[in-house]
Amino acid sequence: MKDRLQELQSEALEKVKYAEDLKALQDIRVAYLGKKGPITEVLRGMGKLSKEERPVIGQLANDVRESIASAIQTKQDKLEEEALEKQLEEESIDVTLPGRPVHVGGPHLLTSIIEEIEDLFIGMGFEIKEGPEVETDYFNFEALNLPKGHPARDMQDSFYITEELLLRTHTSPVQARTMKQKDGHEAVRMICPGKVYRRDTDDATHSHQFTQVEGLVVDENIKMSDLKGVLNAFAKQMFGSERDIRLRPSFFPFTEPSVEMDISCKMCGGEGCSVCKGTGWIEILGAGMVHPNVLETAGYDPEVYSGFAFGMGPERIAMLKYGVDDIRHFYTNDIRFLKQYHKV
Amino acid sequence: MLVSLNWLKQYVDIEDQTPEELAELITKTGIEVESVEPIAEKLNDVVVGHVLSCEQHPNADKLNLCQVDVGEETLQIICGAPNIAADQKVAVAKPGAVLPGNFKIKKAKLRGVESNGMICSLQELGVDEKDVPKEFVDGIFVFQDEVEVGENAIELLNLDDIIIELGLTPNRADCLSMLGVAYEVAAILDQPFTPQEEILHPVQEKASDYISVHVEDPDLNPYYGAFIVKEVKIGPSPLWMRNRLIAAGVRPINNVVDITNYVLLEYGQPLHAFDLDRFGTDEVVVRRAKENETITTLDEQKRNLKPDHLVITNGKQPTAIAGVMGGADSEVHEGTSNILLEAAYFQPVAVRTASKDHGLRSEASTRFEKGVDPNRVVRAGMKACELLEKYANGKVLDGVVEFDQLAREPKKVEITSSHINERLGTSIPDEEIADILRRLQFGYEQKGEMFTVTVPTRRGDVELFEDMLEEVARIYGYDNLPYTLPGGASQAGGLTLHQQLKRKVKNYLQGAGLDETITYSLTNAERVSQLVSREVKKQAAAPVSLAMPMSEEHSHLRLSILPELLASLSYNVARKQTDLAYYELGTVFISEEEQVTVQPKEQLRLSGALTGNWLVHPWQQEKKAVDFFVVKGLVEGMADLLDLKLTYKQAKLPDMHPGRTAEVYLGEKVIGFIGQVHPKLQNDLDLKDTYVFDLNAEELFAHYQKEEAFQAIPKYPSISRDIALVVEEQSAAGEIAETILHAGAPLVKDVRIFDVYQGEHLEEGKKSIAFNLLYMDPNRTLKDKEVEEAHEKILTAVKEKHQAELRG
Ligand SMILES: [Zn+2]
Repeated sequence: MKDRLQELQSEALEKVKYAEDLKALQDIRVAYLGKKGPITEVLRGMGKLSKEERPVIGQLANDVRESIASAIQTKQDKLEEEALEKQLEEESIDVTLPGRPVHVGGPHLLTSIIEEIEDLFIGMGFEIKEGPEVETDYFNFEALNLPKGHPARDMQDSFYITEELLLRTHTSPVQARTMKQKDGHEAVRMICPGKVYRRDTDDATHSHQFTQVEGLVVDENIKMSDLKGVLNAFAKQMFGSERDIRLRPSFFPFTEPSVEMDISCKMCGGEGCSVCKGTGWIEILGAGMVHPNVLETAGYDPEVYSGFAFGMGPERIAMLKYGVDDIRHFYTNDIRFLKQYHKV
Repeated sequence: MLVSLNWLKQYVDIEDQTPEELAELITKTGIEVESVEPIAEKLNDVVVGHVLSCEQHPNADKLNLCQVDVGEETLQIICGAPNIAADQKVAVAKPGAVLPGNFKIKKAKLRGVESNGMICSLQELGVDEKDVPKEFVDGIFVFQDEVEVGENAIELLNLDDIIIELGLTPNRADCLSMLGVAYEVAAILDQPFTPQEEILHPVQEKASDYISVHVEDPDLNPYYGAFIVKEVKIGPSPLWMRNRLIAAGVRPINNVVDITNYVLLEYGQPLHAFDLDRFGTDEVVVRRAKENETITTLDEQKRNLKPDHLVITNGKQPTAIAGVMGGADSEVHEGTSNILLEAAYFQPVAVRTASKDHGLRSEASTRFEKGVDPNRVVRAGMKACELLEKYANGKVLDGVVEFDQLAREPKKVEITSSHINERLGTSIPDEEIADILRRLQFGYEQKGEMFTVTVPTRRGDVELFEDMLEEVARIYGYDNLPYTLPGGASQAGGLTLHQQLKRKVKNYLQGAGLDETITYSLTNAERVSQLVSREVKKQAAAPVSLAMPMSEEHSHLRLSILPELLASLSYNVARKQTDLAYYELGTVFISEEEQVTVQPKEQLRLSGALTGNWLVHPWQQEKKAVDFFVVKGLVEGMADLLDLKLTYKQAKLPDMHPGRTAEVYLGEKVIGFIGQVHPKLQNDLDLKDTYVFDLNAEELFAHYQKEEAFQAIPKYPSISRDIALVVEEQSAAGEIAETILHAGAPLVKDVRIFDVYQGEHLEEGKKSIAFNLLYMDPNRTLKDKEVEEAHEKILTAVKEKHQAELRG
């Protein structure tokens, strides 16, 4: 009996070794370990054995059974592994083929610039104010120290609708409205972005519609050095910390003193080049201390309150920062233009 | 204003700076310098030559063979200029000379004869043709002054000059004169400057014997001065004066005209010379023009006058439009010998109106419009008389005949150093402020820290404390201001809810694949009425149009963004960019009046336009053209984002596809529409199927409440049931879903349509719609029985309302 078991064991192990697939393995399992299999049969004949032999043969039969079962299991694992590998091999793809595009749109470049400016000034405690694009002559001009017949009105020829209504030529009327709203005693710290309109023939550097961001701070004891500090902080964040600023005298009817702010030219580092027309500086914005007439018109006592204002053109900033060479690009909405600036 | 540095040097010492350094200083301290340019590119070896003989070239009709003495030698030069003649003094470029354009002069043979140099025209020497005196435009330049043979012609002709162009802001009219520029530069460089006195040698005869002056409108003309200069000889003005005029961009004409122009440039005071013998009478009367009066001005134009225009008359008819242009009848000409010279102060408004109405902008009118220095009017007249004496052989009569009500008192402005320092954020000491005032040549009295400043009348722009603040600050230097930040109560900056929502919606649409555009608000008469949402149309009495548009293309304020978006799509499609998804968040302008009198309502609208393919993945053969449901999905997604419930009703709208358009409702209110653009309009724009949406963004935003956006995650399981209903073909699935939701309330939380079928196994004219219903109670687990009951109610309701049968 012992010999028979050992014979069965080696026979079964041999078969397992050469089993080629899971089915063959299953057949082996049934054939040797099944209830009708030869090992069970051997065990059935145990009754004939002596008392001493019985446990020995029993133990042996169990060992044989386990060794066959374990060999089958090992082989099965191996076959399964191979089958999976084969299947996965068959499933392989060309990973160099392009993926399914995720179609994402993006903001207009001017929106990106305006929101960047907004966020910079929000960080300095400014509010964002908006106002109508069709303005009254009063808020567009008169409240800003530009009475009727003022020669500076020539500087910005406008689109009138009636004698009293026009498309705003700057976003400054929003400043006048905000001051009026604050009623002459509350502090103001705001910027106003928006569309503005002037009677210009559209060409590479002119557009009858464009955008502006203007800012206003009014409080007790606002100084011109505050204007310089705020604009410097803005310029460094917007254009890079290595850029310098300078103020130089200019003229706007609604500010006195009035200045223009230049930043040092990035192309030449201030040495002078064609971009900065040899000066080393690039004009960025206009600014100044709020004219006492403007404060007074809005109900602020110029003896107590002072303030500063500034205004800039997002188109110009975009042109400088990203090398856009024609202002009309902003309004033709050529998809090839729009897409270029999605990363901005 | 063009400033000649050679001229400026006569007033102020600028030798320590290069022209570029000087320009930089002027820009930083006062006035933006727009350019620094030499009159001519570098020149050399051009000298005065004396034409000894001039004969015809043996082999060429139009060429002359000249022997020219240039000092050390006599050169044989061939010259083709028609005005060359023997005994002239001319400018000769010797062999080796380099002329503008890098033109090198060499010895050469012309038609077999040697030519050793070139006799030059002013243009060849770099002078702009518009500034060349007329007699020399078509030929060589001939010296009319005493000059030495062999002398350096470059210096004589001022061709070594450098011109700085000042970009003057309207307030700095004082620098429309060389004297003004000299004061400015002297202040910047801290150099002394005192203008010369005018020196006259009048004859015994009195001007008042020849002329009288009457001013009827002193408001417009507070000063009129008339000088008489007799027996002038018209001829060329001296070379130095011509040079300065050319440098300033003014063409020399003759001595009398040149002198008035020269004084205008030097003093900033326009003058006018009348031919006294052709003036017509012996009285000057200044008055407003009469209705229907006319004058022929010296440009030979007959001009109609209005009472808004101030005119100089001889008591009978106008002889000049004050400050703008003289009349042809009394113009100075070659035969003129007696001159009536006008030096006047005309109010800016009088000159501005006339120059605008007649389209005449001149050096003179520009200065009057900005206001001239009241203390320089008479002096300018005297200066011109002095020059007429010297350079036109004139006899100046005694006295000036005047009408005078002109205020000449300088303004006084009080400043204190503490106020200045408070406003600038500086600590400039009193002595430094005093020093700045001295440099500016502003008079002052100092009492402690208080300065009472007497502002010279040349600086009409300085009236207020703030103006003085600017004067002190700019001379002190803006570079020297510290950097500070505003103090006071700080406020938290931030976006309003409305502004946050704008950004939210933009981010959503961009994430969903749409590109933002910015189009023009001004559109044309046709487009303004296209694709206007019904509720906008209802409110707008008429489109708002400009009083004076620049072009028909931009004449009306838009009522819808869509026509502009479609134009953008069309632009791109024409450039082979065919798959496009655009949106814009912008304003439309709604006026409730036919004739606008008040500001129109500005409504924020959110519009989109999509054409071509929405999805493309070529190698997987995936391609989906944009359709109604793409656009509807975008809008639905946005409604979810804003926590809004929108409904859609089939609608027929102009310019839209009659079967593929829906109006969008928020509650009972129409807030816009979605759908396909009418194929006819698509065709006109060369567009394939194009779908649009147009919504009132203000309505979308008005109901949003941040705090209510959060809803608890359900704790109990939901039960899902499907039903398929057979209904009439025309039935609206959305309405049936609405009925289900209503009938199943409160247990049915959501109804989704997952299949729509029409065809085999269904009766003709019917369709089957399959709905997935979600039952839920947030507070407990539902029992099957409850769901059954609700389901029955739903079936009854849809049968009643929509004749819907359960599909077997
Ligand atoms: Zn540069």
